[in-house]
This record gives sequence, structure tokens and C-alpha cells, in this order.
Amino acid sequence: MIKGLQQRHRVVQVVSKLFIPLILLFAFYVQFHGDFGPGGGFQAGVIFASAFILHGLIFGEGRTRLVMPPFMLRLLMSFGLLLYAGTGVLSLFLGGNYLDYSVLAHDATHGQHWGIFTVELGVGMTVTAVMISLFYCFSSKR
Amino acid sequence: MTEQWIIMALLAFLVVLTFGIIYLKDLLAAIILLGIYSLTAAAAFVVMDAVDVAFTEAAVGAGISTILLLGTLSFTCREQKPQEHNNYRAMTVVTLVGALLIYGTLDLPLYGEANTPANQHPQLAQHFIQKSGEEIHIPNIVTSVLASYRGYDTLGETAVVFTAAIGVLSLLGLRRRRRDEEPEWDVKRQRRQQDVEAS
Repeated sequence: MIKGLQQRHRVVQVVSKLFIPLILLFAFYVQFHGDFGPGGGFQAGVIFASAFILHGLIFGEGRTRLVMPPFMLRLLMSFGLLLYAGTGVLSLFLGGNYLDYSVLAHDATHGQHWGIFTVELGVGMTVTAVMISLFYCFSSKR
Repeated sequence: MTEQWIIMALLAFLVVLTFGIIYLKDLLAAIILLGIYSLTAAAAFVVMDAVDVAFTEAAVGAGISTILLLGTLSFTCREQKPQEHNNYRAMTVVTLVGALLIYGTLDLPLYGEANTPANQHPQLAQHFIQKSGEEIHIPNIVTSVLASYRGYDTLGETAVVFTAAIGVLSLLGLRRRRRDEEPEWDVKRQRRQQDVEAS
């Protein structure tokens, strides 16, 4: 399904090169602006992954694997989940309940901000890595 | 009133799309219709003021799953196989379950109903709306419920996503490509060859 696009379609390649940085930037906006508007880790992760999927569709999956190799995806996937669970463990060590972010900083609301920030970052990492590796699974020829 | 008419129109469009997906034999067209279905559902969520849900539906349902289904389609053929006989038993089971589900929705609270237990409970919706500003200090209540009040729940969701990926990876696997099979993969070597040819 991907082979034909690589040789021809110069216009699509150039336009997608313009678009991919914008998509990545929008993903970061959705990730870190989730406290104030719609969005958060899940949506940002999917948008971030869609930039890589676009790259894979247009330049071929082999080149995308050079940018984002599969072992990196496995690391990122598990690190995101560990970051989430680790935030909970950290709040346990600081004297609160599991995933009670109020103890993470000197001030309860500051602690909540830090906790939500880290947790959403973890969700974003896991979702990004999962989506890209699903794309790799389904697009590579057998 | 206009809002309700818009929602009704969108839901009716969803029903039409569903029948289109069922009756189409061309799988590619069915996948594209599924993408349109998700986009229409996202529009309905926007009208219902559930912007976060709409965002997720548009990104995951209309975007990523369409791509994944198209990738799956490249493993099989484009046309659905014609069915030899009508399976009446399966039809009966599906109709019965559908009737049960519709019967179940009769007990659900109406759309926008304020007097439901969940909306009246002092520690649920009332608490989130009135107290989350002081306690979490974040304008978006959805984020504070998702990441803080229900943080444990979201941890479980992330673990589910992770587990699903592990399942798919262990079933399909990321096959390592050999370089001589796919010469275009090795971009650096290709560049070097081009340089040698040019000079």
C-alpha cells in the first residue's frame, strides 16, 4: 500500500515535510495545554504518533524506522507507564496516598499541578509509542 | 431547540452510515465510511459540549483506526466474500441482544437531565464543579477529574493501552528487515553510492 507513494508524488512529499513539524508542535500544544483547554495525554499521544505515521506513509516505513527505531518505541512505551506509576510511588514516599499529588510540592495546588503534568506526560509517551508500533506491525510486509 | 435538532440529524446520519457499512461489499469503502462515522460522532459530541471526548473520537476513531484498518486491508483482499446461506440463528441472537440493549436504555436518565443521582450526589458532579477550582486550581474540570480525582482509573487505562500493544507485538511482531532485501532502507549507503557514481 505504501510502495507507490515513494517514487512518485513529489508534491505530497514536499507538502508533508511542511506539515509534519506543525503536527508535532500541535501535539505538544495539546499535551501541555490540557489543563486549560480540551486535550491531554491521550489525544496528544495520538497526534504525535500521526506525524510519524504520515512520514511512514509518504516516505516509506523503512525511513521512519531510521527516525524512530522499534527499540526506542519499546523503551518509550514502558517508560511512560513507569513514569505514571512512579509518580504514585513518589507520593507514597512523601507521606501521601498513592497518586495523591498534594504532597509533591510545598503547596497542595502546586503539587497537584506537578502531578497532573507528569502523569499526562507519561500517558502521552505510552500512547505515542503504542500507536507508532501498531502502525509498524500492520504496515510491514510479511 | 436548534441544538436538539442538530443532534437528532447527526444521530440519524449515524444510523444511515451504519446500514451503509453493513450493506457495502467493498471493504475499502466500508473503512472510509467508518472514518466518516467517527467524525460524525465527534461532531455530535461537540454539540453536546463534550469537547474532550470529541477530540479523542476524531483523533483515534477517524484518524488512527482508519489507517490501521487500511493497513490490515493490505493483508487481505478488497472484496467481501459472498455468503452462501442465510444464518437465521445468528440473526435471532443479534436481534434478541439488540432488543435487550434497547430495553436497558429505557432506564437510563434522559439527555441533559439535572436530577439524576450522579448529578445530585454531593461527592460527585457537585463536588467536581464547585470545589475542583480550589483543590486542583486547573480551569479544565475534565483534566482534573481524569488525572487527579480518578488518577488510579487513568493509570489502569494506560496499562490497558500498554497491554494491548504487547499483545499485538507478540502476535504480529516487528520483523527485522534485512538490508539486502530492501536496499532503499539503508539511506546512508545509498547516498554514498550516489556520491561514488557522481564523482
